[in-house]
Amino acid sequence: MTTFRLAGVHAKYSMIETFRVPIAVIGSLVFPALGLLFFVVPQRVVADDPAFATQAVISMSVFAVMANSLFSFGISIAEDREKPWDPYLRTLPVPGMARVLAYIFSIGLMGVIAIIPVIVIGGLLTAAEASISGILFGLVMLAVSALPFMLIGICVGYSMPSKAAIAVVQVVMFGFAFAGGLFLPPLLFAPWLDTLSKFFPSRQARELVIWAVQGGDLEPWAWLGILAWIAMTLVLALVLFRRDEGRRYR
Amino acid sequence: MTTLARLDRVTRRFGDVTALDDVSLEIGAGRIVGLLGPNGAGKTTLLSLLQGLRRPSSGTIELFGGDPSAPSTRAHLGCTPQETALPATLRVREVIEFIGRHFDQPVPTAELAEEFGLTALLKRQTGALSGGQRRRLSVALAFVGRPKLVLLDEPTTGLDVDGRRALWDAVRRQHEAGATVVVTSHYLEEIEALAQRVVVVDRGRVLVDDELHAVLDQVELRMLRLTTPEAQAAIALPGVVDSRPEADGSLTLFARDADTAVRELVASGIPFRGLTVRGASLEEAFLTLTANANAAIAESLKENQA
Repeated sequence: MTTFRLAGVHAKYSMIETFRVPIAVIGSLVFPALGLLFFVVPQRVVADDPAFATQAVISMSVFAVMANSLFSFGISIAEDREKPWDPYLRTLPVPGMARVLAYIFSIGLMGVIAIIPVIVIGGLLTAAEASISGILFGLVMLAVSALPFMLIGICVGYSMPSKAAIAVVQVVMFGFAFAGGLFLPPLLFAPWLDTLSKFFPSRQARELVIWAVQGGDLEPWAWLGILAWIAMTLVLALVLFRRDEGRRYR
Repeated sequence: MTTLARLDRVTRRFGDVTALDDVSLEIGAGRIVGLLGPNGAGKTTLLSLLQGLRRPSSGTIELFGGDPSAPSTRAHLGCTPQETALPATLRVREVIEFIGRHFDQPVPTAELAEEFGLTALLKRQTGALSGGQRRRLSVALAFVGRPKLVLLDEPTTGLDVDGRRALWDAVRRQHEAGATVVVTSHYLEEIEALAQRVVVVDRGRVLVDDELHAVLDQVELRMLRLTTPEAQAAIALPGVVDSRPEADGSLTLFARDADTAVRELVASGIPFRGLTVRGASLEEAFLTLTANANAAIAESLKENQA
Protein backbone atom coordinates (compact mmCIF):
# COMPACT_ATOMS: atom_id res chain seq x y z
CA MET A 1 0.00 0.00 0.00
CA THR A 2 2.74 2.40 1.05
CA THR A 3 4.66 1.28 -2.01
CA PHE A 4 1.83 2.36 -4.31
CA ARG A 5 1.26 5.64 -2.47
CA LEU A 6 4.96 6.52 -2.68
CA ALA A 7 5.10 5.42 -6.34
CA GLY A 8 2.28 7.92 -6.94
CA VAL A 9 4.20 10.65 -5.09
CA HIS A 10 7.40 10.01 -7.06
CA ALA A 11 5.48 9.86 -10.34
CA LYS A 12 3.74 13.16 -9.57
CA TYR A 13 6.92 15.11 -8.90
CA SER A 14 8.70 13.51 -11.82
CA MET A 15 5.79 14.64 -14.05
CA ILE A 16 6.01 18.17 -12.64
CA GLU A 17 9.73 18.17 -13.46
CA THR A 18 9.06 16.93 -16.99
CA PHE A 19 6.34 19.49 -17.71
CA ARG A 20 8.51 22.38 -16.48
CA VAL A 21 10.52 21.88 -19.67
CA PRO A 22 7.55 21.60 -22.06
CA ILE A 23 9.59 21.42 -25.24
CA ALA A 24 10.86 17.99 -24.17
CA VAL A 25 7.27 16.81 -23.89
CA ILE A 26 6.18 18.36 -27.17
CA GLY A 27 8.92 16.51 -29.01
CA SER A 28 7.65 13.07 -28.09
CA LEU A 29 3.97 14.08 -28.43
CA VAL A 30 4.08 15.86 -31.76
CA PHE A 31 6.26 13.54 -33.79
CA PRO A 32 3.82 10.61 -34.15
CA ALA A 33 0.95 13.03 -34.87
CA LEU A 34 3.03 14.75 -37.56
CA GLY A 35 3.98 11.38 -39.03
CA LEU A 36 0.32 10.52 -39.43
CA LEU A 37 -0.49 13.96 -40.82
CA PHE A 38 2.28 13.99 -43.45
CA PHE A 39 2.64 10.35 -44.47
CA VAL A 40 -0.85 8.91 -44.12
CA VAL A 41 -3.47 11.65 -44.41
CA PRO A 42 -2.34 12.94 -47.87
CA GLN A 43 -2.28 9.41 -49.35
CA ARG A 44 -5.97 9.07 -49.96
CA VAL A 45 -5.60 5.43 -51.14
CA VAL A 46 -4.66 4.56 -47.58
CA ALA A 47 -6.59 7.27 -45.76
CA ASP A 48 -9.92 6.53 -47.47
CA ASP A 49 -9.76 2.79 -46.92
CA PRO A 50 -11.10 1.97 -43.42
CA ALA A 51 -8.93 -1.14 -42.93
CA PHE A 52 -5.65 0.42 -44.12
CA ALA A 53 -6.28 3.73 -42.37
CA THR A 54 -6.99 1.96 -39.08
CA GLN A 55 -3.75 -0.01 -39.44
CA ALA A 56 -1.84 3.19 -40.15
CA VAL A 57 -3.27 4.85 -37.05
CA ILE A 58 -2.36 1.76 -35.02
CA SER A 59 1.19 1.77 -36.43
CA MET A 60 1.65 5.39 -35.38
CA SER A 61 0.22 4.65 -31.92
CA VAL A 62 2.70 1.78 -31.51
CA PHE A 63 5.43 4.15 -32.66
CA ALA A 64 4.33 6.82 -30.16
CA VAL A 65 4.34 4.35 -27.27
CA MET A 66 7.63 2.78 -28.37
CA ALA A 67 9.41 6.12 -28.77
CA ASN A 68 8.10 7.31 -25.41
CA SER A 69 9.13 4.10 -23.61
CA LEU A 70 12.61 3.94 -25.12
CA PHE A 71 13.33 7.64 -24.64
CA SER A 72 11.84 8.08 -21.20
CA PHE A 73 13.35 4.98 -19.63
CA GLY A 74 16.69 5.06 -21.44
CA ILE A 75 17.41 8.71 -20.97
CA SER A 76 15.79 9.38 -17.58
CA ILE A 77 17.53 6.42 -15.97
CA ALA A 78 20.89 7.29 -17.51
CA GLU A 79 20.49 10.92 -16.39
CA ASP A 80 19.23 10.08 -12.90
CA ARG A 81 22.20 7.78 -12.35
CA GLU A 82 24.53 10.69 -13.05
CA LYS A 83 22.81 13.01 -10.57
CA PRO A 84 23.60 13.00 -6.84
CA TRP A 85 19.84 13.43 -6.17
CA ASP A 86 19.38 9.71 -6.81
CA PRO A 87 21.55 8.45 -3.89
CA TYR A 88 19.75 10.98 -1.66
CA LEU A 89 16.36 9.57 -2.62
CA ARG A 90 17.68 6.12 -1.75
CA THR A 91 18.29 7.27 1.86
CA LEU A 92 14.54 7.96 2.24
CA PRO A 93 12.19 5.27 3.55
CA VAL A 94 11.03 4.30 0.06
CA PRO A 95 11.25 0.77 -1.40
CA GLY A 96 13.07 0.40 -4.72
CA MET A 97 9.93 -1.15 -6.21
CA ALA A 98 8.05 2.12 -5.58
CA ARG A 99 10.60 3.99 -7.65
CA VAL A 100 10.37 1.51 -10.54
CA LEU A 101 6.56 1.73 -10.42
CA ALA A 102 6.83 5.53 -10.39
CA TYR A 103 8.80 5.37 -13.65
CA ILE A 104 6.12 3.11 -15.13
CA PHE A 105 3.25 5.38 -13.98
CA SER A 106 4.77 8.61 -15.23
CA ILE A 107 6.06 7.16 -18.49
CA GLY A 108 2.82 5.27 -19.03
CA LEU A 109 0.81 8.46 -18.62
CA MET A 110 3.07 10.21 -21.13
CA GLY A 111 2.48 7.32 -23.51
CA VAL A 112 -1.30 7.71 -23.19
CA ILE A 113 -0.99 11.45 -23.81
CA ALA A 114 1.20 10.78 -26.86
CA ILE A 115 -1.40 8.60 -28.60
CA ILE A 116 -4.34 10.97 -28.03
CA PRO A 117 -3.43 13.30 -30.95
CA VAL A 118 -2.81 10.24 -33.16
CA ILE A 119 -6.27 8.83 -32.41
CA VAL A 120 -7.95 12.24 -32.84
CA ILE A 121 -6.25 12.94 -36.20
CA GLY A 122 -6.92 9.38 -37.32
CA GLY A 123 -10.57 9.64 -36.38
CA LEU A 124 -11.17 13.01 -38.00
CA LEU A 125 -9.03 13.00 -41.13
CA THR A 126 -8.98 9.39 -42.24
CA ALA A 127 -11.52 6.64 -42.71
CA ALA A 128 -10.12 4.73 -39.74
CA GLU A 129 -12.83 3.11 -37.68
CA ALA A 130 -13.05 0.82 -34.68
CA SER A 131 -15.58 -0.23 -32.08
CA ILE A 132 -15.29 1.08 -28.53
CA SER A 133 -14.47 -2.40 -27.25
CA GLY A 134 -11.89 -2.77 -30.04
CA ILE A 135 -10.23 0.49 -29.03
CA LEU A 136 -10.18 -0.49 -25.33
CA PHE A 137 -8.77 -3.96 -26.06
CA GLY A 138 -6.26 -2.31 -28.40
CA LEU A 139 -5.11 0.02 -25.62
CA VAL A 140 -4.58 -2.94 -23.30
CA MET A 141 -2.52 -4.76 -25.93
CA LEU A 142 -0.63 -1.54 -26.60
CA ALA A 143 0.30 -1.40 -22.92
CA VAL A 144 1.45 -5.05 -22.98
CA SER A 145 3.48 -4.55 -26.13
CA ALA A 146 5.14 -1.48 -24.57
CA LEU A 147 6.85 -3.77 -22.02
CA PRO A 148 9.80 -4.90 -24.19
CA PHE A 149 10.46 -1.28 -25.18
CA MET A 150 10.39 -0.15 -21.55
CA LEU A 151 12.78 -2.97 -20.65
CA ILE A 152 15.11 -2.13 -23.55
CA GLY A 153 15.03 1.46 -22.30
CA ILE A 154 15.97 0.27 -18.80
CA CYS A 155 18.87 -1.78 -20.25
CA VAL A 156 20.15 1.25 -22.17
CA GLY A 157 19.74 3.50 -19.13
CA TYR A 158 21.71 1.20 -16.85
CA SER A 159 24.46 0.32 -19.30
CA MET A 160 25.70 3.69 -20.56
CA PRO A 161 26.01 7.42 -19.82
CA SER A 162 23.17 9.70 -20.89
CA LYS A 163 24.89 11.12 -23.99
CA ALA A 164 25.48 7.65 -25.37
CA ALA A 165 21.95 6.67 -24.37
CA ILE A 166 20.43 9.42 -26.55
CA ALA A 167 22.32 8.19 -29.60
CA VAL A 168 21.57 4.51 -29.02
CA VAL A 169 17.89 5.16 -28.33
CA GLN A 170 17.52 7.10 -31.58
CA VAL A 171 19.13 4.37 -33.66
CA VAL A 172 17.06 1.65 -31.97
CA MET A 173 13.87 3.69 -32.30
CA PHE A 174 14.13 4.41 -36.04
CA GLY A 175 15.51 0.97 -36.80
CA PHE A 176 12.62 -0.70 -35.00
CA ALA A 177 10.11 1.68 -36.57
CA PHE A 178 11.14 0.93 -40.18
CA ALA A 179 11.82 -2.76 -39.67
CA GLY A 180 8.56 -3.20 -37.80
CA GLY A 181 6.45 -1.69 -40.57
CA LEU A 182 5.37 1.30 -38.50
CA PHE A 183 6.33 3.86 -41.18
CA LEU A 184 5.77 1.76 -44.32
CA PRO A 185 3.17 -1.03 -44.12
CA PRO A 186 4.71 -4.54 -44.34
CA LEU A 187 2.48 -5.10 -47.39
CA LEU A 188 5.06 -3.15 -49.37
CA PHE A 189 8.01 -5.13 -47.97
CA ALA A 190 10.09 -7.52 -50.10
CA PRO A 191 9.57 -11.14 -48.90
CA TRP A 192 13.00 -11.32 -47.21
CA LEU A 193 12.37 -8.05 -45.35
CA ASP A 194 8.93 -9.26 -44.31
CA THR A 195 10.50 -12.40 -42.81
CA LEU A 196 13.19 -10.41 -41.02
CA SER A 197 10.59 -7.94 -39.79
CA LYS A 198 8.72 -10.66 -37.93
CA PHE A 199 11.62 -10.94 -35.47
CA PHE A 200 11.29 -7.31 -34.35
CA PRO A 201 9.19 -6.43 -31.29
CA SER A 202 7.85 -3.40 -33.14
CA ARG A 203 6.33 -5.61 -35.87
CA GLN A 204 4.99 -8.03 -33.28
CA ALA A 205 3.45 -5.15 -31.31
CA ARG A 206 1.82 -3.81 -34.48
CA GLU A 207 0.25 -7.20 -35.31
CA LEU A 208 -0.92 -7.67 -31.72
CA VAL A 209 -2.72 -4.33 -31.55
CA ILE A 210 -4.20 -4.68 -35.05
CA TRP A 211 -5.57 -8.08 -34.02
CA ALA A 212 -7.04 -6.57 -30.84
CA VAL A 213 -8.73 -3.70 -32.70
CA GLN A 214 -9.74 -5.30 -36.00
CA GLY A 215 -10.09 -8.93 -34.98
CA GLY A 216 -9.07 -11.73 -37.37
CA ASP A 217 -6.31 -14.25 -36.90
CA LEU A 218 -3.28 -13.64 -34.72
CA GLU A 219 -0.24 -15.47 -36.04
CA PRO A 220 1.59 -17.32 -33.22
CA TRP A 221 4.92 -15.61 -34.04
CA ALA A 222 3.50 -12.27 -32.95
CA TRP A 223 2.54 -13.14 -29.39
CA LEU A 224 5.33 -15.72 -28.96
CA GLY A 225 7.79 -13.10 -30.18
CA ILE A 226 6.55 -10.47 -27.74
CA LEU A 227 6.79 -12.95 -24.86
CA ALA A 228 10.32 -13.95 -25.90
CA TRP A 229 11.39 -10.30 -26.09
CA ILE A 230 9.88 -9.59 -22.65
CA ALA A 231 11.70 -12.58 -21.14
CA MET A 232 15.05 -11.73 -22.77
CA THR A 233 15.00 -8.03 -21.97
CA LEU A 234 13.76 -8.66 -18.42
CA VAL A 235 16.72 -10.96 -17.71
CA LEU A 236 19.15 -8.49 -19.25
CA ALA A 237 17.64 -5.58 -17.31
CA LEU A 238 17.97 -7.45 -14.01
CA VAL A 239 21.59 -8.37 -14.75
CA LEU A 240 22.47 -4.78 -15.65
CA PHE A 241 20.60 -3.43 -12.59
CA ARG A 242 22.58 -5.70 -10.26
CA ARG A 243 25.86 -4.94 -11.97
CA ASP A 244 25.14 -1.24 -11.66
CA GLU A 245 24.52 -1.51 -7.90
CA GLY A 246 28.00 -2.91 -7.59
CA ARG A 247 29.74 -0.54 -9.91
CA ARG A 248 28.19 2.72 -8.82
CA TYR A 249 29.68 2.47 -5.36
CA ARG A 250 33.34 2.22 -6.26
CA MET B 1 20.66 6.10 27.00
CA THR B 2 19.04 4.53 23.93
CA THR B 3 21.42 3.40 21.25
CA LEU B 4 20.30 4.76 17.87
CA ALA B 5 23.07 3.33 15.75
CA ARG B 6 25.80 0.81 16.28
CA LEU B 7 28.79 -0.22 14.18
CA ASP B 8 30.46 -3.42 15.30
CA ARG B 9 33.92 -4.13 13.83
CA VAL B 10 32.92 -2.70 10.47
CA THR B 11 35.32 -2.87 7.55
CA ARG B 12 34.49 -1.56 4.09
CA ARG B 13 36.80 -2.05 1.11
CA PHE B 14 36.56 -0.54 -2.38
CA GLY B 15 38.73 -2.80 -4.50
CA ASP B 16 42.20 -2.41 -3.01
CA VAL B 17 41.31 0.60 -0.91
CA THR B 18 40.18 0.09 2.67
CA ALA B 19 37.86 3.00 3.41
CA LEU B 20 36.91 1.82 6.89
CA ASP B 21 39.12 -0.47 8.90
CA ASP B 22 37.58 -2.38 11.83
CA VAL B 23 35.49 0.50 13.17
CA SER B 24 33.29 0.08 16.24
CA LEU B 25 31.08 2.96 17.26
CA GLU B 26 27.87 3.59 19.17
CA ILE B 27 25.66 6.59 18.74
CA GLY B 28 23.33 7.19 21.64
CA ALA B 29 20.26 9.41 21.73
CA GLY B 30 20.51 13.05 22.64
CA ARG B 31 23.84 14.46 21.58
CA ILE B 32 25.55 16.13 18.67
CA VAL B 33 28.41 13.92 17.57
CA GLY B 34 31.11 15.47 15.42
CA LEU B 35 32.88 13.21 12.96
CA LEU B 36 36.14 14.94 12.25
CA GLY B 37 38.80 13.98 9.78
CA PRO B 38 40.67 15.11 6.66
CA ASN B 39 39.22 14.50 3.20
CA GLY B 40 39.33 10.81 2.31
CA ALA B 41 39.42 9.72 5.96
CA GLY B 42 36.29 7.56 5.61
CA LYS B 43 33.65 9.95 7.03
CA THR B 44 31.34 9.81 4.04
CA THR B 45 31.72 6.04 3.73
CA LEU B 46 30.70 5.71 7.38
CA LEU B 47 27.58 7.80 6.78
CA SER B 48 26.66 5.92 3.62
CA LEU B 49 26.73 2.66 5.59
CA LEU B 50 24.34 4.15 8.15
CA GLN B 51 22.11 5.38 5.30
CA GLY B 52 21.90 1.89 3.85
CA LEU B 53 23.46 3.02 0.57
CA ARG B 54 26.34 0.60 1.01
CA ARG B 55 26.89 -2.59 2.90
CA PRO B 56 29.97 -3.36 4.99
CA SER B 57 32.57 -5.82 3.64
CA SER B 58 32.61 -7.33 7.13
CA GLY B 59 31.14 -6.49 10.53
CA THR B 60 27.59 -5.45 11.37
CA ILE B 61 25.64 -2.21 11.32
CA GLU B 62 22.45 -1.51 13.21
CA LEU B 63 20.21 1.50 12.79
CA PHE B 64 17.37 1.80 15.34
CA GLY B 65 18.02 -1.87 16.05
CA GLY B 66 17.44 -2.89 12.41
CA ASP B 67 19.15 -3.19 9.06
CA PRO B 68 19.67 0.25 7.46
CA SER B 69 19.28 -1.16 3.95
CA ALA B 70 15.58 -1.94 4.70
CA PRO B 71 13.51 1.15 3.78
CA SER B 72 11.25 0.89 6.86
CA THR B 73 14.30 1.12 9.16
CA ARG B 74 15.05 4.56 7.73
CA ALA B 75 11.68 6.07 8.74
CA HIS B 76 13.33 8.07 11.55
CA LEU B 77 16.54 8.96 9.74
CA GLY B 78 17.21 12.41 8.27
CA CYS B 79 19.82 13.01 5.56
CA THR B 80 20.85 15.88 3.31
CA PRO B 81 21.34 15.81 -0.45
CA GLN B 82 24.37 17.56 -1.91
CA GLU B 83 23.11 21.05 -2.63
CA THR B 84 23.98 20.72 -6.32
CA ALA B 85 21.67 17.70 -6.45
CA LEU B 86 18.35 19.48 -5.94
CA PRO B 87 16.05 19.09 -8.98
CA ALA B 88 16.48 22.47 -10.66
CA THR B 89 12.96 22.82 -12.05
CA LEU B 90 11.08 22.04 -8.82
CA ARG B 91 10.08 24.88 -6.52
CA VAL B 92 11.34 25.03 -2.93
CA ARG B 93 7.83 24.30 -1.59
CA GLU B 94 7.51 21.29 -3.89
CA VAL B 95 10.84 19.80 -2.86
CA ILE B 96 9.96 20.11 0.84
CA GLU B 97 6.51 18.59 0.30
CA PHE B 98 7.90 15.80 -1.90
CA ILE B 99 10.36 14.69 0.76
CA GLY B 100 7.83 15.27 3.58
CA ARG B 101 5.41 12.78 2.03
CA HIS B 102 7.84 9.95 2.79
CA PHE B 103 7.26 10.40 6.52
CA ASP B 104 4.34 9.84 8.89
CA GLN B 105 4.23 13.24 10.50
CA PRO B 106 6.18 15.74 8.42
CA VAL B 107 6.87 19.22 9.75
CA PRO B 108 4.45 21.67 8.06
CA THR B 109 6.22 23.35 5.14
CA ALA B 110 5.66 26.89 6.47
CA GLU B 111 7.14 25.97 9.85
CA LEU B 112 10.24 24.33 8.36
CA ALA B 113 10.74 27.22 5.93
CA GLU B 114 10.56 29.71 8.81
CA GLU B 115 13.14 27.73 10.80
CA PHE B 116 15.67 27.65 7.97
CA GLY B 117 15.01 31.10 6.53
CA LEU B 118 13.34 29.85 3.35
CA THR B 119 9.93 31.53 3.72
CA ALA B 120 10.56 34.15 1.04
CA LEU B 121 11.92 31.52 -1.34
CA LEU B 122 9.12 28.95 -1.28
CA LYS B 123 7.90 29.83 -4.79
CA ARG B 124 11.36 29.88 -6.39
CA GLN B 125 12.68 27.03 -8.48
CA THR B 126 15.72 25.54 -6.77
CA GLY B 127 17.81 26.27 -9.88
CA ALA B 128 17.33 29.99 -9.16
CA LEU B 129 18.69 29.80 -5.60
CA SER B 130 22.15 30.92 -4.52
CA GLY B 131 24.62 28.35 -3.19
CA GLY B 132 23.90 29.33 0.41
CA GLN B 133 20.13 29.15 -0.06
CA ARG B 134 20.41 25.73 -1.65
CA ARG B 135 22.55 24.58 1.24
CA ARG B 136 19.92 25.77 3.75
CA LEU B 137 17.24 23.90 1.82
CA SER B 138 19.37 20.73 1.73
CA VAL B 139 19.90 20.82 5.50
CA ALA B 140 16.21 21.64 6.11
CA LEU B 141 15.24 18.48 4.18
CA ALA B 142 17.04 16.36 6.78
CA PHE B 143 14.61 17.61 9.44
CA VAL B 144 11.31 17.45 7.53
CA GLY B 145 10.40 13.96 8.82
CA ARG B 146 10.95 14.78 12.54
CA PRO B 147 13.90 12.34 12.58
CA LYS B 148 15.39 10.77 15.68
CA LEU B 149 18.83 10.67 14.04
CA VAL B 150 20.15 13.22 11.55
CA LEU B 151 23.28 12.76 9.46
CA LEU B 152 24.81 15.99 8.14
CA ASP B 153 27.74 15.62 5.75
CA GLU B 154 29.84 18.80 5.65
CA PRO B 155 26.75 20.98 6.16
CA THR B 156 28.32 24.42 5.77
CA THR B 157 31.24 23.91 3.38
CA GLY B 158 31.41 26.91 1.07
CA LEU B 159 29.11 29.16 3.11
CA ASP B 160 30.06 32.66 4.29
CA VAL B 161 30.37 33.40 8.02
CA ASP B 162 26.79 34.65 8.46
CA GLY B 163 25.28 31.77 6.56
CA ARG B 164 27.33 29.33 8.56
CA ARG B 165 26.25 30.76 11.92
CA ALA B 166 22.59 30.88 10.92
CA LEU B 167 22.71 27.24 9.89
CA TRP B 168 24.51 26.19 13.06
CA ASP B 169 21.85 27.98 15.13
CA ALA B 170 19.10 26.16 13.26
CA VAL B 171 20.80 22.78 13.77
CA ARG B 172 21.24 23.52 17.48
CA ARG B 173 17.55 24.42 17.87
CA GLN B 174 16.57 21.18 16.14
CA HIS B 175 18.85 19.29 18.49
CA GLU B 176 17.28 20.95 21.52
CA ALA B 177 13.90 19.90 20.13
CA GLY B 178 15.05 16.29 20.42
CA ALA B 179 17.05 15.23 17.35
CA THR B 180 20.35 13.42 17.71
CA VAL B 181 22.79 14.78 15.15
CA VAL B 182 25.93 13.35 13.57
CA VAL B 183 27.85 16.01 11.70
CA THR B 184 30.96 15.42 9.61
CA SER B 185 33.44 18.12 8.87
CA HIS B 186 37.05 18.75 8.11
CA TYR B 187 36.72 22.16 9.76
CA LEU B 188 37.65 22.15 13.41
CA GLU B 189 35.64 25.36 13.82
CA GLU B 190 32.44 23.67 12.72
CA ILE B 191 32.93 20.75 15.09
CA GLU B 192 33.74 23.17 17.93
CA ALA B 193 30.58 25.14 17.26
CA LEU B 194 28.25 22.15 17.18
CA ALA B 195 29.55 18.96 18.68
CA GLN B 196 29.57 17.70 22.24
CA ARG B 197 31.26 14.42 21.48
CA VAL B 198 33.96 14.15 18.83
CA VAL B 199 35.10 11.14 16.86
CA VAL B 200 38.32 11.70 14.94
CA VAL B 201 38.85 9.41 11.96
CA ASP B 202 41.80 9.09 9.64
CA ARG B 203 42.63 6.47 7.03
CA GLY B 204 39.52 4.50 7.95
CA ARG B 205 40.32 4.18 11.65
CA VAL B 206 38.91 5.88 14.73
CA LEU B 207 41.80 7.72 16.35
CA VAL B 208 39.96 9.49 19.14
CA ASP B 209 36.44 9.24 20.54
CA ASP B 210 35.97 11.66 23.39
CA GLU B 211 34.33 14.80 24.75
CA LEU B 212 34.89 17.95 22.69
CA HIS B 213 37.26 19.67 25.11
CA ALA B 214 39.45 16.58 25.48
CA VAL B 215 39.82 16.30 21.71
CA LEU B 216 40.50 20.00 21.30
CA ASP B 217 43.38 19.66 23.72
CA GLN B 218 44.84 16.98 21.49
CA VAL B 219 44.39 18.53 18.06
CA GLU B 220 44.62 22.21 18.84
CA LEU B 221 48.23 23.14 18.16
CA ARG B 222 49.70 26.60 17.80
CA MET B 223 52.45 27.38 15.32
CA LEU B 224 55.28 29.74 16.22
CA ARG B 225 57.30 30.90 13.25
CA LEU B 226 60.59 32.68 13.84
CA THR B 227 64.13 33.09 12.56
CA THR B 228 66.90 32.09 14.93
CA PRO B 229 70.57 31.07 14.66
CA GLU B 230 70.06 28.58 17.52
CA ALA B 231 67.43 26.29 16.02
CA GLN B 232 68.36 23.19 18.03
CA ALA B 233 68.00 25.04 21.33
CA ALA B 234 64.63 26.45 20.28
CA ILE B 235 63.33 22.96 19.30
CA ALA B 236 64.43 21.62 22.68
CA LEU B 237 62.37 24.20 24.62
CA PRO B 238 59.75 22.75 27.00
CA GLY B 239 56.25 22.80 25.49
CA VAL B 240 57.45 22.42 21.89
CA VAL B 241 55.99 19.18 20.52
CA ASP B 242 57.19 19.32 16.93
CA SER B 243 59.14 21.51 14.51
CA ARG B 244 59.61 22.10 10.82
CA PRO B 245 62.32 24.10 8.95
CA GLU B 246 60.84 26.48 6.36
CA ALA B 247 62.11 27.22 2.85
CA ASP B 248 63.02 30.84 3.67
CA GLY B 249 65.39 29.73 6.46
CA SER B 250 62.92 30.37 9.26
CA LEU B 251 61.73 27.74 11.70
CA THR B 252 58.21 26.64 12.68
CA LEU B 253 57.63 25.27 16.18
CA PHE B 254 54.41 23.46 17.17
CA ALA B 255 53.21 23.91 20.76
CA ARG B 256 50.00 23.12 22.62
CA ASP B 257 50.19 26.37 24.59
CA ALA B 258 51.58 29.32 22.66
CA ASP B 259 51.77 31.60 25.70
CA THR B 260 53.96 29.22 27.67
CA ALA B 261 56.15 28.51 24.65
CA VAL B 262 56.75 32.23 24.04
CA ARG B 263 57.57 32.81 27.70
CA GLU B 264 60.05 29.92 27.62
CA LEU B 265 61.56 31.25 24.41
CA VAL B 266 62.10 34.73 25.83
CA ALA B 267 63.36 33.42 29.20
CA SER B 268 65.86 31.12 27.48
CA GLY B 269 67.65 34.10 25.97
CA ILE B 270 67.80 32.47 22.50
CA PRO B 271 68.13 35.27 19.93
CA PHE B 272 65.22 35.40 17.46
CA ARG B 273 63.36 37.78 15.18
CA GLY B 274 60.19 37.93 13.10
CA LEU B 275 58.00 35.93 15.52
CA THR B 276 54.49 35.15 14.33
CA VAL B 277 51.94 32.93 16.09
CA ARG B 278 48.95 31.28 14.44
CA GLY B 279 46.70 28.30 14.97
CA ALA B 280 47.69 25.11 13.21
CA SER B 281 45.30 24.02 10.52
CA LEU B 282 43.41 20.84 11.20
CA GLU B 283 45.51 19.08 8.56
CA GLU B 284 48.69 20.03 10.42
CA ALA B 285 47.21 19.06 13.76
CA PHE B 286 46.19 15.70 12.29
CA LEU B 287 49.70 15.01 11.09
CA THR B 288 50.92 15.34 14.67
CA LEU B 289 47.98 13.38 16.04
CA THR B 290 48.35 10.53 13.55
CA ALA B 291 52.10 10.46 14.07
CA ASN B 292 51.47 10.10 17.80
CA ALA B 293 48.91 7.37 17.22
CA ASN B 294 51.26 5.47 14.93
CA ALA B 295 54.06 5.82 17.47
CA ALA B 296 51.74 4.47 20.17
CA ILE B 297 50.84 1.49 18.00
CA ALA B 298 54.51 0.82 17.23
CA GLU B 299 55.23 1.08 20.95
CA SER B 300 52.57 -1.47 21.91
CA LEU B 301 53.77 -3.82 19.16
CA LYS B 302 57.28 -3.65 20.57
CA GLU B 303 55.97 -4.40 24.04
CA ASN B 304 54.06 -7.39 22.72
CA GLN B 305 57.17 -8.75 21.02
CA ALA B 306 59.34 -8.24 24.06
